[in-house]
Amino acid sequence: MSFLCLRGLEKTYPDGTRAVGGIDLECGEGEFVVLLGPSGCGKTTTLRMVAGLETPTAGCIEVGGGEITSLPPGARDVGFVFQFYALYPHLRVRENVEFPLACMGVKKADRRQRASEVLQRLGLNSLAELLPEQLSGGDQQRVALARAMVRRPRLYLMDEPLGTLDVELRLELRELIRAQQLETGVTTLYVTHDQEEAMSLADRVVVMEGGLIRQQGPPDQVYDRPADLFVAHFIGSPGMNFIAGQVRAGRFAGEGWSLPLAQVFPDGPATLGVRPEYLRLDPEGPLRGRVAMDEYLGACRYLYLDTPAGRLAVRVEGEGGRAVGEEVGLSAEMGRVRLFDPATGRGR
Amino acid sequence: MMGAFLRLAGVSVRYGPVRALREVDLEVGPDELLVVLGPTGAGKTTLLRAIAGLEAPATGRIEMGGEEITHWSPAKRDVALVFQNFSLYPDWSARRNLEFPLKALGRQLSPAQIAERVAWAAELLHIGGLLDRPAARLSGGEMQRVAIGRCLVRRPRLFLFDEPLTNLDAKLRETLRVELALLRRRLGIPMILVTHDQAEALSMGDRLVVLDQGRVLQRGTPEEVYRRPLSPLVARQLGQPRINLIEVRAEAGYWVAGKGVRVLEAGGGEERMLLGVRPEDLLPSGGPDPARVRVVEDTGPVQILLADWGGCPVHLLVGHERRYAPGDQLFPKARPGGVLLWPSSAAS
Repeated sequence: MSFLCLRGLEKTYPDGTRAVGGIDLECGEGEFVVLLGPSGCGKTTTLRMVAGLETPTAGCIEVGGGEITSLPPGARDVGFVFQFYALYPHLRVRENVEFPLACMGVKKADRRQRASEVLQRLGLNSLAELLPEQLSGGDQQRVALARAMVRRPRLYLMDEPLGTLDVELRLELRELIRAQQLETGVTTLYVTHDQEEAMSLADRVVVMEGGLIRQQGPPDQVYDRPADLFVAHFIGSPGMNFIAGQVRAGRFAGEGWSLPLAQVFPDGPATLGVRPEYLRLDPEGPLRGRVAMDEYLGACRYLYLDTPAGRLAVRVEGEGGRAVGEEVGLSAEMGRVRLFDPATGRGR
Repeated sequence: MMGAFLRLAGVSVRYGPVRALREVDLEVGPDELLVVLGPTGAGKTTLLRAIAGLEAPATGRIEMGGEEITHWSPAKRDVALVFQNFSLYPDWSARRNLEFPLKALGRQLSPAQIAERVAWAAELLHIGGLLDRPAARLSGGEMQRVAIGRCLVRRPRLFLFDEPLTNLDAKLRETLRVELALLRRRLGIPMILVTHDQAEALSMGDRLVVLDQGRVLQRGTPEEVYRRPLSPLVARQLGQPRINLIEVRAEAGYWVAGKGVRVLEAGGGEERMLLGVRPEDLLPSGGPDPARVRVVEDTGPVQILLADWGGCPVHLLVGHERRYAPGDQLFPKARPGGVLLWPSSAAS
């Protein structure tokens, strides 16, 4: 049963630029849906149309069975959190948080009570009497979240709310947003270009590019079974490795190497996709390569290898750094690879 | 370091009463990439500006190539500074942007030499196909490549990068991070890159300097600083999710935390300590006391678990041998050798 429903939603600007090219999307009640894609993919425009800040060129938007396409923003009952905090500079933190309630005509004592609860939950109690300019960027964004969360609107709309924050704060607020959303069960549409953020927050990830939806599904499904080469590369950090070759008699082969396929595919040219964690350093492996770069990341490292099949990233856990130029063998977990049609880029 | 190319000794910079750099000692080898990591306001940009000759140190001395340059003009130093904002001429082609610094007064280069330098930089940065496009029509990543190219063509003696990837999309950041690290191996020009991004700090540099409030907290290879941080302050700046810092007390032969969970066998010493264990070093099973999973984030290759362990929130980084869900019971065990201990007074 869908709660938020976009049908054929399209946005073309007067200069002819088509930001969103007619998309269909359904979100269940209480679902956390993340619109993910590179700059210019149409994700923010989509969100702004749902918020009522942009007028669609075509298509409609329904919430809870009622159409809201042409309602003004204030009548849509949504809580919006922007990348930039947009707090009222002359109001104290507490007053900023109470403001949406005051607009709804909530009595002063109730306002106090509800604002205090939210401030407490977000660890803002000690800052309640300060002005926004006295706060750090992270705390300002926390206040912006508190202001959205003090109400229980029908929808939360969040546009890269963590985009400008330091990594540490981003992780902390990410967990906070998720916990809060699970607790309130408010349907949430969230926009980001950060695939890891999307994967960790979403019930469902919607990957957009060029104003269109390339794939949507639960994070693990989009990660394990990307629909096309774009999604396969965009999801994952680094993205999937691609190897060009030929399927022949149950093997995938190129110049001087071949890998056994675990599933049956028709013979012919193909692109094989394999995630860095499903490649293994293996002295006996069917591929040989030289280390071009060792990218250390603490908990793991990525070795970039130049092989006859192209440059491949391999994830290595723990220790085990390799010198640049060192020769290594490589094998793949063939049960975890994907094959793509090189002409269309679609998965097989 | 023997044969350091750049050497800073006791360099301090003051802005009025603010001490932006406090007696910084630093060395960069002739073929080295040094990464400086620190939060906003740590003094990273000031450090680069002092090296470039844009800030006069209040004390200390700067040497480059064996000569003291403390009071040299920026032009005489011949260093290139790349900022996070690309600052290209938008109406000019990429080629003209690249040629510009070579046509500056005082440079005696023939048109053929200029063309050769531009071609060389374009090849290194993979922008050969973009040279005739106006800068305004390039994507963010392409613009940043041209901006780097514009410094490259001068063949400066030293490269200074001020958060060069910060304004880019997550995906582009990841791609350029690898490209930049590969590029500098081919260049053989010493580089300093400052960043607040821990992944860049760990993966890009030969050596790492951690800066905080104008002071050097630690220096070493990325692995040394990650595995053996000198203080909790350093430990928290590297790793994602960040290190677990747990207040522990000695009880009956164990370091005990929160409501009495046993974290590690104690070897004696002080009564209260601060224990650090990275999420990948906290194993989900094998320990004596239970924890309860609260949040599961699936980031693709690994799952991040946030668990409650006797009242202490802890993060664990686990593979996909098993799928976890909120409510699952764990018996966390710190990996031997993966634990850091500090006096509890080090927490602040």
